[in-house]
Amino acid sequence: MSFTKEAFSTGHSAALDFAQPEPIDMASGKYVKIWQGPQHPGITGNMALELVLDGDTIIDCKTHVGYLHRGFEKLMEHRTYIQNFTVVCRIAVPEPAFNEYLYAAALENLSGIVPPERAQWIRTLNLEMMRLASFLMWIGGMSAAFGLYTVPNWTITYRDYILDIFEEMTGARIYHMYMVPGGVRAPLPDGMAGRLREIMDGAEKLLDTVERVMFNNTVFKMRSKGLGIISPEMIDPYGIVGPNARACGVKRDLRKDEPYLAYEHLDFDAITGTDSDAYDRAYLRLQESRQCIDLIRQCLERMPTDGPFQADMPNVLHWKIPPGQTYVKAECTRGEYGYFMVTDGTEFIRRVNVRGPSYTHAISVMERLAVGVNIADIAGLMVSLHTYPPEIER
Amino acid sequence: MKAMLERLETDFGVYDITERKPAMTTLKIKKDQAERLIRELRDREGFVHLSFITCIDYIEDGIFTLVYMLHNYNRNDTLGIEVDIDRDSAEMTSIHTLWAQAWTYQRELREMYGINFPGSPRLEEDFCLEGWDDIPPMRRDFNTKQYSTDRFGHREGRHSEDPREHMKVTLYPNRGGDE
Repeated sequence: MSFTKEAFSTGHSAALDFAQPEPIDMASGKYVKIWQGPQHPGITGNMALELVLDGDTIIDCKTHVGYLHRGFEKLMEHRTYIQNFTVVCRIAVPEPAFNEYLYAAALENLSGIVPPERAQWIRTLNLEMMRLASFLMWIGGMSAAFGLYTVPNWTITYRDYILDIFEEMTGARIYHMYMVPGGVRAPLPDGMAGRLREIMDGAEKLLDTVERVMFNNTVFKMRSKGLGIISPEMIDPYGIVGPNARACGVKRDLRKDEPYLAYEHLDFDAITGTDSDAYDRAYLRLQESRQCIDLIRQCLERMPTDGPFQADMPNVLHWKIPPGQTYVKAECTRGEYGYFMVTDGTEFIRRVNVRGPSYTHAISVMERLAVGVNIADIAGLMVSLHTYPPEIER
Repeated sequence: MKAMLERLETDFGVYDITERKPAMTTLKIKKDQAERLIRELRDREGFVHLSFITCIDYIEDGIFTLVYMLHNYNRNDTLGIEVDIDRDSAEMTSIHTLWAQAWTYQRELREMYGINFPGSPRLEEDFCLEGWDDIPPMRRDFNTKQYSTDRFGHREGRHSEDPREHMKVTLYPNRGGDE
């Protein structure tokens, strides 16, 4: 499905027409249908775009998901609260920490448990490290999508350095299962702060180099500027959030607007862009990566170094949570990430719904922006929206 | 917020207004008034953001509860609109004309719960599941384990145990499974 631009030109309050476009006459021989994905270097994970081309211009795009469906939400209804920790971190592979945090926060919210201050700071640090690791991987992907294969080697290296710190901190590189209900599993290891600071110093220099090599590169500039422009009128009707919205000048960031964990004690401001094209979105994420480094340093400087890191908890094997309903959310690298949870007083979740930004960015937004784009730029456009299929399929 | 909720009670007959946590409220509305209420909230009350649409299966009561989670960026308020629909003839008014992503949620709900949204685009297309021939899998009466056993059969060298029982026996062997 694709939407005409005119449909949204009058803004959100106007009656929007989401009528289906006229069917394309494939039998005419004028058009070619090709699939981008599900296995393709330019695809952000296992999903596919069904593209109809007129020459080398895309005239229709349909997103197909389901290649990674593992039924997480259903599985979680049949496992005890604590057992679900092995499930939630797998919902967004490059950013498992946000799932851990939100799952823990939802349970805490429903059961009235308040994690101690030190745990809140450690969680904040963990999330910012996760954000930086994810951005570094994304910058590599974005660069590679436009044929610059040097940058990914550098950024993935630094992501790996951060994963080393995660391993030291949590015992695992990717699926940490570290933020448990009531706090975190362990305090920071001795000497970790110093090692993390060193890596941050290196990462800061790396981002300067990336800016010179990638963002001043003529090929990258010419191909990404003007690509996939999101207009301000699209933001609310399409549910666009996070950097994709901020690149459009919309100053919304859950860390500032509805502070959680220790964010209210940190000095930062939401970063916005102006042009809202693939280049601007990429540059905004580069700036947000720098912001992550700053926030990590602030956390290390301001966080308490002693005190409890885990609240008193009931026996988790027999943990029953009173009937209730909640929706907790956090700002992940792509925007609003949330857990909607319903409990019914038993030892099992009644219903959990994971809300990921890719749900709209990779489907409705992608299908709209792809129309009119040259086939060579579709990978770059897709990466510029920063989508993860697992959070669509759950 | 309070004044708005009082007005909605009078004008739309909303009921069961519950503050779930600070800045998050849920309310219930009759099925035939839901689309009008959601449109009103979007156009006049500033709830311009649709976070998600989801469904809760209350099989014991024979109903599905649809939840529309809306957000007001100016006031940082979240409002959950709950609509109970009959489980056996599950059908709901489509809101695909209000948000561009709504039809995707509706398409997913059609596949996972079997709820019909007349007029919603591409509703019949497979979303995650290709060629699914069983009952919609997110319904409470769909048994994942049974499906798996019937579909894939026994594989040598693979056995499964109830994780909860296993943990009890492994962790507290001397207490008969109790703490």
